[in-house]
Amino acid sequence: MQHINVTVDGTSYEAEVEPRTLLVHWLREGVGKVGTVVGCDTSNCGACTVLLDGRSVKSCSVLAVQADGCEVTTIQGLSTGDDWHPVQTAFKECHGLQCGYCTPGMVMAAVDLLNENPSPSEEEIRDGIHGNLCRCTGYHNIVKSVQYAAELMGGRK
Amino acid sequence: MTEILESAGVIGRPLRRKEDAKLLHGRTNWTDNIQVPGALHMALVRSPMAHARIKKVDLSGALAMPGVVAAYDAASLGDLNANVLCVWPVTDDTVMPPFPALTGDKVRHVGDVVAIVLATDAKSAEDAIAAVDVDYEPLDAVVDMIDAMSPGSALVHDAAANNTCYVYNLGGGYADAAAKADVVIKRRFVNQRIVAGFMEPRAVVAAPMGMSDEMTLWSATQIPHVLRVVLSLSTGIPEQNLRIVAPDVGGGFGGKLQMYREEILALQLARHLGRPVKWNETRSEDMVASHHGRDQIQDIELAATKDGRILGMNVTLLANMGAYLQIITPGTPLLGMFMYCGIYKMDAYQFQCTGVFTNTTPTDAIRGAGRPEATFAIERMMDELAAELGMDPMELRTRNWIQHHEFPFTTAAGLTYDTGNYEAATARALELFGMDELRAEQKRRRESGDPVQLGIGISTFTEMCGLAPSRTLGALKYAAGGWEHCTIRLLPSGKVELVTGTSPHGQGHETAWSQIASDILGIPVEDIDVIHSDTGRAPYGMDTYGSRSLAVGGQAIKKAADRVIENARPIAAHQLECAAEDLDFANGAFSVKGDPEKSVTLGALAWAAFSAHNLPDGIEPMISGAATVDPEDFSYPHGTHLAAIEVDTETGKVRVRSYVAVDDVGNQINPMIVEGQVHGGVAMGIGQALYEGVEYDADGNLLTASLADYLIPSAADLPSFTTDRTVTPSTTHSLGTKGVGEAGAIASTPAIINGIVDALRPMGVTDVLMPASPQNVWRAIQAAKGAGA
Repeated sequence: MQHINVTVDGTSYEAEVEPRTLLVHWLREGVGKVGTVVGCDTSNCGACTVLLDGRSVKSCSVLAVQADGCEVTTIQGLSTGDDWHPVQTAFKECHGLQCGYCTPGMVMAAVDLLNENPSPSEEEIRDGIHGNLCRCTGYHNIVKSVQYAAELMGGRK
Repeated sequence: MTEILESAGVIGRPLRRKEDAKLLHGRTNWTDNIQVPGALHMALVRSPMAHARIKKVDLSGALAMPGVVAAYDAASLGDLNANVLCVWPVTDDTVMPPFPALTGDKVRHVGDVVAIVLATDAKSAEDAIAAVDVDYEPLDAVVDMIDAMSPGSALVHDAAANNTCYVYNLGGGYADAAAKADVVIKRRFVNQRIVAGFMEPRAVVAAPMGMSDEMTLWSATQIPHVLRVVLSLSTGIPEQNLRIVAPDVGGGFGGKLQMYREEILALQLARHLGRPVKWNETRSEDMVASHHGRDQIQDIELAATKDGRILGMNVTLLANMGAYLQIITPGTPLLGMFMYCGIYKMDAYQFQCTGVFTNTTPTDAIRGAGRPEATFAIERMMDELAAELGMDPMELRTRNWIQHHEFPFTTAAGLTYDTGNYEAATARALELFGMDELRAEQKRRRESGDPVQLGIGISTFTEMCGLAPSRTLGALKYAAGGWEHCTIRLLPSGKVELVTGTSPHGQGHETAWSQIASDILGIPVEDIDVIHSDTGRAPYGMDTYGSRSLAVGGQAIKKAADRVIENARPIAAHQLECAAEDLDFANGAFSVKGDPEKSVTLGALAWAAFSAHNLPDGIEPMISGAATVDPEDFSYPHGTHLAAIEVDTETGKVRVRSYVAVDDVGNQINPMIVEGQVHGGVAMGIGQALYEGVEYDADGNLLTASLADYLIPSAADLPSFTTDRTVTPSTTHSLGTKGVGEAGAIASTPAIINGIVDALRPMGVTDVLMPASPQNVWRAIQAAKGAGA
């Protein structure tokens, strides 16, 4: 077992973890952040995407011990319930989700994309989220959601 | 005739969804999130071989591992080993081999289940299955359908001679039609095997519920109500002691329209051990264990006159059942048998389907279920016939389709389409698409010998939705009915509980059902709570599949809401001191005819009916309305989809440049949700056309066993879509709606392939295998070049 200290959604956690524990499993089982989900076992689907020190990562591709000393933001820490992040608002407004299973990862990937490129083209959006799979929407409204979020965040006119 | 809904209320408005707040904040209740104290975790020992005799199973290694509480093979599971049930024997002599949750004699596909381990945590269970020692005696694997039916082939089940599950015939008279024809064309299409690809892997939690005899099963399923019945029939647990809950469910696409062996095992072991049992699959497990779909070889003949009138169609199918029959495996290809005529008039229609067992994962319904295969065949054939006759493919369709003034129309396959307007949908699609400019560009590229050629793909389709009239299902030998239920209760505060038997997993029923009830009752959408997917809270229902939820369930909502008003009416009359028939109901209130100032709201009546201090004689307290509706007929959504496809003739790479979808789904409750369904369906159909395909090697090893090997398209693989609707309301459904869940997936696959073939036809290409990967397209070009040389 190995000792880690990770800040998740603004709260600091100390834990003993098996070295093989994936970050996503520790987030779900160790911290109860079940808003972050697992969709595959080959790092293809992106459902488990979170921010690690502000950058998006697939939390199935990071060991919990690698997050030691880091700050993790999950979908549950992006905003409080009453207060919506512009990306969350945009996804609702543009019907960018149906079943909602890919949504936590998709939203976190979009947040990172817009942090890096506040005014992305459609092609840049499609390329930027191509590591996050969605089976419901055909991505049409996800692309629109990211475009609208960019507008809400002041990046697009 | 049902009229176009012109509601002053909330029907037809693109309301943002009630469901989204929790989904966007991660406040979700997926089955894998459910924690029950003391739960054991189940892991399954799956066969690495496609076909083998089980010589010995040694569980001792696993039982010695830390955390392991129990382990079973078929022998030690004994009487607890129940069967997965198939509820659709399509003929009297359909071969229905037993499908035990744990197999004891042989394994019949890679992923078949030999043993299970239960441990105190998931990792220990997972570690322990590697310590189960199974001796297999390999047998010849049956993988290819044509080989499977050849004399001397190994048998998947001894009871199924020639590996044949059934032979089903419909219609006839093709030979006479062909004899009169100027032109007969024959084609063989392979509609390849795909996966549902829901993003939430399957998961199950089964728990004995303390003081009662009740067992609760949470499952990521589309069909909690049907599942309750079949699990009871299979396990012998009294139905009244079973509660099935489908909590938040992350997509289904037919793949969760199933009774799975893992549900049986979790339930049986939880009951036997008196402890909760939890299982959730890995994605790689899903690829071998969740049912697959499609997988047909289609031999199609079309007979026509030289001016393009279709005289007859002959359809001969081989449909791959896989190794076992799941809930509706045999019937799935037959859901398409009425649809091969598409939207076209013809004199003769003849259909035969042979169900074939192979050593592969069982097949069953995936989005469209039989209808995408049928639509693919007829729409591909229309393009082939047009090419044969030297006619424009749209002109050929126009000459043969049912004109809008000819409805209701009984097709050669025997269905009566109530309504449709193919002219209107096509005209709108052509306008949005810019057909003339694209044809001009296509001509330029052809003349200049551009390495990137342009093709126009057409799909003018219809589908049968709203499954289904119960009598029809009975005639087809399906065991259950096709009705739907709704109960609407007025609460004392004037709020509403709407209990539906549909079971959403992304479709937005909570929003759309609220809109229907709000429109009728005049109660705000936010004051209506939709209760679903829990047999304890919503006891009656037939669940969600086959584009049925709105088409059938919507009618139940309307009828239940109308009954609420009628049940409230005598109380209103009593309060307003008038006769019941002298009351009008509008905007959530009763008012006296000719004296609208005298009125009372439904909310006030709800309180009056609760307090019951002053009810008229003979009127019971509380106001509610319930209705169970069996649909009068199927509904027939239709549409015209057009695709502009660029094909690089040097590399075989295909790009969908633009895609126009004009659908006619009748009246729309929430056009935003309708559009979203079309987008997702079109994407899934494009996935089948260009990217997806389950592949086995000759020994039955699954080559596409993870999302690294099976390509579910990403945002970078797809275009944006142009969508619109024409509105021709259903005349057989009380809301005039038709259903939309499957339309896109049914329409888009042939549109894409027709576009590719259209681009390459001058090079001699007449077909391309799906998925139309660069390799498959390049091979089609090379084969055509070779044939031409």
